[in-house]
Amino acid sequence: MRIRTKGQGQELAMLLPALIFITALIVVPFLLSVWFSFTDQRLVPRPIPTKFIGATNYERMLVDPLFWQAIWNTVLFALIVTPVQLAMSLGAALILNSAIPFRGFFRSVAILPLLLPMTVIVSIWAVLFRIPSGPFNAVYQWFAGQGAYVDFLGNPSTAMLSVVALSAWATFPYQMLIYLAGLQDIPQDLYEASKLDGAKAWQRFRYVTWPGLRNVNIFLIIITTVGALKLFTQVDILTKGGPNGATTTIIHYLFKQGYATQKVGYASAVAVFFFLAVTAIALLQRRFLKNEGEA
Amino acid sequence: MRIPRDAILPSLFALVLALGVLLPLLMMVTISLNPNEQDIMVSMGSIRSFIPQVFSLQNYIEVWTDPVHPFGRYLANTALITFSTLILSILFNSMAAFVLAQGTLAIRKPVMILILATLAVPGESLVLPQLMMAGWLGQIDSYQVQIVPGVANAMSIFLFYQFFSRLPKELIEAARIDGFSFFQIYRHVAMPLSKPVISAIAVLQFLEIWNAYLWPVMVTRGPEYRPLSVAMSAYFGTNQAAWGNIMAFAVSMAVPVILFFLILQRQFIASVMSSGVKG
Repeated sequence: MRIRTKGQGQELAMLLPALIFITALIVVPFLLSVWFSFTDQRLVPRPIPTKFIGATNYERMLVDPLFWQAIWNTVLFALIVTPVQLAMSLGAALILNSAIPFRGFFRSVAILPLLLPMTVIVSIWAVLFRIPSGPFNAVYQWFAGQGAYVDFLGNPSTAMLSVVALSAWATFPYQMLIYLAGLQDIPQDLYEASKLDGAKAWQRFRYVTWPGLRNVNIFLIIITTVGALKLFTQVDILTKGGPNGATTTIIHYLFKQGYATQKVGYASAVAVFFFLAVTAIALLQRRFLKNEGEA
Repeated sequence: MRIPRDAILPSLFALVLALGVLLPLLMMVTISLNPNEQDIMVSMGSIRSFIPQVFSLQNYIEVWTDPVHPFGRYLANTALITFSTLILSILFNSMAAFVLAQGTLAIRKPVMILILATLAVPGESLVLPQLMMAGWLGQIDSYQVQIVPGVANAMSIFLFYQFFSRLPKELIEAARIDGFSFFQIYRHVAMPLSKPVISAIAVLQFLEIWNAYLWPVMVTRGPEYRPLSVAMSAYFGTNQAAWGNIMAFAVSMAVPVILFFLILQRQFIASVMSSGVKG
């Protein structure tokens, strides 16, 4: 055992930096946010000392209509964007996996949105959404006639859908590449065999491709949903959570409460709730999707 | 070029896909090249906002020489923050992962459980306590405050761990018999073998840091330490009518990343693909 001591000292020296970082920047903040959530902690210290106030923050949170609106908006966004984006990604992957000419070129083009910073994408889409005569409205006027327009971002009933469209466009290439990897993992002889059996293209998709992507689908549904629940950048730049709270998401609400109005204690209660909700949703999805596949 | 019959429909779809991606980008470039804001507004939505009529760099010159929004400074800030985070993160996280995967320490198991537990914590739920801590330490508005949180990355440790634990035992054993110390095995055996996993982790983290927004918004106060993403949204917020300049800013910000990845395209695609699960 003595011989090992030097080696173990070296191991410890290699392990410690990352362990210190994880502890100081994840574990400690996590514990702090649980603690803050039971206090009236402010961002900038006040003369009156911070005190323990029990579950008051949670009680206040649960009766704030804007909190519930933020949850509803976030859930709505996740419920719409996940299937839309995954359908886009799978469609694009199927196209790029087929024997088309210039496949390399098309693939490079399709990954471009992933490389663009979200702030750049938001500014481009701000032009697309412009009223009264941005490109989308120009197309709308073709159908609805001169002078008609949709206030995509200013109207509460279209604002969230606009954010969905932007977000799906912005990040679909990531899921597309993972679908491509999944498609390439499906053994070719399965396709050969089903062709010999006279299966049509749709049947090959239904009975070979789709089951072959099962694990990829489970993985992507979970990460896309979890990613969607964190929606912040797009709405902060584009709509500031408006109009009328229509695009306020949980993270935007947390940011507003904790940073803009400096109520760290209250916002920490939101953060703890968010952590529990995301974990629960990811676990439920995993369990549900796995069982579904096996049944 | 002749297209086989059953590739006609997919080719058409591919064309639609490419147009769907390229048209907005074409519009960005077209508007950025037009120095006449009035004309931009008038032509917005017409075909003229997609096909450049003039090729003027005036918007670009205005963006690059704007004294209130020093573009060069923002770019340098972003590059410094991104590369420092990447280097430290890959170094520390791969070392720790190698200990966890191949070491002999008794605390490996509890540490591994801790890492797996922290994987579940969304970074967004930690920003407020992190901000408080940065304030206590007097680190608000600095480079460190934007670099250090990105180094603590449980996902990166986990991905390295998966790779290192699959290294053949005989290889490690042979190096040990040759008199390599544990660190030397990591440095001269494990790391040279892990180029694919290093590039995968680097690519994913690069995009994450280059795109970071919530955290830099909270911890930067002015142009001195501000990264491009925050600068872009500030610029966008204060120059709402100057679309030519906004688009020139957007192009200037997008081009370095796009070039960087087009050069490394094959590694990039392979990296993202390998970040998924295998079926």
